[in-house]
Amino acid sequence: MGDKTPFDEMYNPDGSVREPYRALAGWLSEQPDKALALMQADAEAIFRKLGITFAVYGSEEGTEKVIPFDVIPRIIAANEWRKLSQGIEQRVKALNAFLYDVYHDQEILKAGLVPEKLILKNAAFCPQMMGINPAKGVYAHIIGVDIVRVGPDEFFVLEDNLRTPSGVSYMLEDREAMMLLAPDLFHRSKVAPVETYPENLRRTLESVAPEGFRGRNPNIAVLTPGIYNSAYFEHSFLADQMGAQLCEGPDLFVEDGKVYMRTTTGPEQVDVIYRRIDDDYLDPLTFRPDSMLGVPGVFDAYRAGNVTLVNAPGTGIADDKAVYTYVPEIIDFYLGEKALLANVPTYNCTDEKQRAWVLENIADLVVKEVHGSGGYGMMVGPTATEAQHEEFRQKIIARPDNYIVQPTLDLSTCPTHIDGNVAPRHVDLRPYVLVGDEVRITPGGLTRVALKQGSLVVNSSQGGGTKDTWVLEE
Amino acid sequence: MRMLGRTAQNLFWLSRYVERAENMARLLEVGYRMSLTSHREGGASEHLISMMQAAEVDEGFDAKHTIADVDTVAHYMMFDPDNPSSVYSCLRAARTNARSVRTAITTDMWESMNGAWLEYAQIRPRDVRGAKLLELLQWVKQRSHEFRGALLGTILRDDGFNFLQAGNFVERADNTARILDMKYYVLLPQATQVGGDLDIQQWTLILRAASAHRAYRHVYHDRYKAQNIADFLILRPEMPRSLVYCASFVQQNLDSLAKIYGRQEKCHEAAASLMAMVNETSMDAIFARGLHEFLEDFIARNNQVTDALSESYNFF
Repeated sequence: MGDKTPFDEMYNPDGSVREPYRALAGWLSEQPDKALALMQADAEAIFRKLGITFAVYGSEEGTEKVIPFDVIPRIIAANEWRKLSQGIEQRVKALNAFLYDVYHDQEILKAGLVPEKLILKNAAFCPQMMGINPAKGVYAHIIGVDIVRVGPDEFFVLEDNLRTPSGVSYMLEDREAMMLLAPDLFHRSKVAPVETYPENLRRTLESVAPEGFRGRNPNIAVLTPGIYNSAYFEHSFLADQMGAQLCEGPDLFVEDGKVYMRTTTGPEQVDVIYRRIDDDYLDPLTFRPDSMLGVPGVFDAYRAGNVTLVNAPGTGIADDKAVYTYVPEIIDFYLGEKALLANVPTYNCTDEKQRAWVLENIADLVVKEVHGSGGYGMMVGPTATEAQHEEFRQKIIARPDNYIVQPTLDLSTCPTHIDGNVAPRHVDLRPYVLVGDEVRITPGGLTRVALKQGSLVVNSSQGGGTKDTWVLEE
Repeated sequence: MRMLGRTAQNLFWLSRYVERAENMARLLEVGYRMSLTSHREGGASEHLISMMQAAEVDEGFDAKHTIADVDTVAHYMMFDPDNPSSVYSCLRAARTNARSVRTAITTDMWESMNGAWLEYAQIRPRDVRGAKLLELLQWVKQRSHEFRGALLGTILRDDGFNFLQAGNFVERADNTARILDMKYYVLLPQATQVGGDLDIQQWTLILRAASAHRAYRHVYHDRYKAQNIADFLILRPEMPRSLVYCASFVQQNLDSLAKIYGRQEKCHEAAASLMAMVNETSMDAIFARGLHEFLEDFIARNNQVTDALSESYNFF
């Protein structure tokens, strides 16, 4: 791998244009010189003016950056999307069933399909969740599944993000920006809408209000760590779009097992909390006692069934990188189906033979820390230095269970605007899934693009950008 | 959906900080102009210092600087992040408050605030000298007007609007009272009514600081007189920076809140007590009591409105 030309989503190897990209190719060829560069500048100005920024950690307070937006959309054909969305739906159902089982009878462990130690000794396992029955049996309500493509029909799931995945506001704003910048391009294609997301999010949250809840519209709060959090824009955006109250920890309090917000006229009960705070910081009385962000007692209110937490605490056990390798078995166990979407082949370093092979071939492989995220704690063999290879060899030897290793996937490329020219760049895809009374998947998702030539790392923290993602309707 | 107490607080302070940024620019402009035309030795510095006293930033300035000239004072009032009332600090605080309540303000208000901050944060202080300084002071005032325009033109007349407006007028009342108090002795009836050059200069300073030097002529058709100036800035209901005008707006906004929420709170008493000081009274009565004492009392009662408001509506 790595030597052959990657799959390009727009151009066939012979230079002809793939079917879904026909309209785009025509439009691109008609754009006068510099039109894309002007559009790019407009896009940046729009995003900054609207305050669509993320905070950069480690830099001076208040430093906010705009995630680069690429003006050339990424396009997915209707039949491609159908397959993807079926695979995603299957996956999120199985993972929710797995979570229910792990926090109840643990049948899958008894059956020996997933090693007991891997779950019960896992830092992401949340013993406080044992025996709790969340509304509608749903644990992971909001999911972003990271998918990569390596060929016309080859898609792999890279990871399932079940702990408050971010980025959905970029999916929505990218579409807004694209419609402002190139309305004529939309006329030529039938693009499935993404604007339904906020309403679907609201419906999903309402559908999981506590079971005993009756008689008024549920009060929904979005719980944010505050304006200095890197995803604050998204928190306020979603609260605004779905008409929920945007709260920080100190805005909420618990009394008699119920959660209230402090309003100008006194306390008002909260029924559903879409929390964008990690498990550890959610409730200082149950989790980290030093948390200043959370709400003391909120977990007890949850346990008592008086409030729904979205996502539930402890969902991380199902998107743990080590548990990931078992997802095909998990799908088979709970649904009796074969997985529709493939996992990336993953090497287990605790196995001596596999480890020896990994250490030998590390220059061609990707090494990921089991609990890492955002592109941190990760090494991409082909672009890393000798010294980094050696560093990660030693890390794996020291803690083989702390790493998973995968082949370097040749991610597909899409045409991307780079300094006035159009050039192929690697992309991935994060579709957003909502699970409540039903499964709702927004067509498309967030396409992240590695703007550096040859780079496979798409994370915004590592110089990645985003693209509007089009699913064509038939 | 009811409003979070913190949201009400952020709205109140958002407006206060925008108003304060404007007032700081206005005060600095006066100090700067006066310093340009003061040819006595040390005169320029004196004006700048009394202007900083009115803005209540003189102590912080003294802690950092030994010389009060146009450069040091302008930098301290415009750009110094250590000065909590510098234009820089005010715009940053206003924008931070706006960001916290983005869901409670309109897109126009947000864009105006965000745009002002982004532009201001780009300015390099060393580029702002002489004519550039006056230009920038004008810019600050204009951005404040733009924000107020966006506010008045786009926001729902609900509780949020009234918290915003209350913040604006509490701040403005405070500012006007401080400007008067700084120079109260040149406004006393026993001060010379003829007015030497020095008095005229002081009076001009006061009127300009309140953007009232031209309006004065429209109202009084007369030369500057101490008693008129005090009357104009304290008791004239048509003067948008006068104490009575601000107090009546504060009261009006609080009354609207009582109507929206269906009950009177502690803050309504505080607002009534503030209003009582400037309603149905005369300058003679105020002078009889003592102008300085009156202004001190007014500033204190104005602060009580903020305290009571915070308590009544669950600010943090």
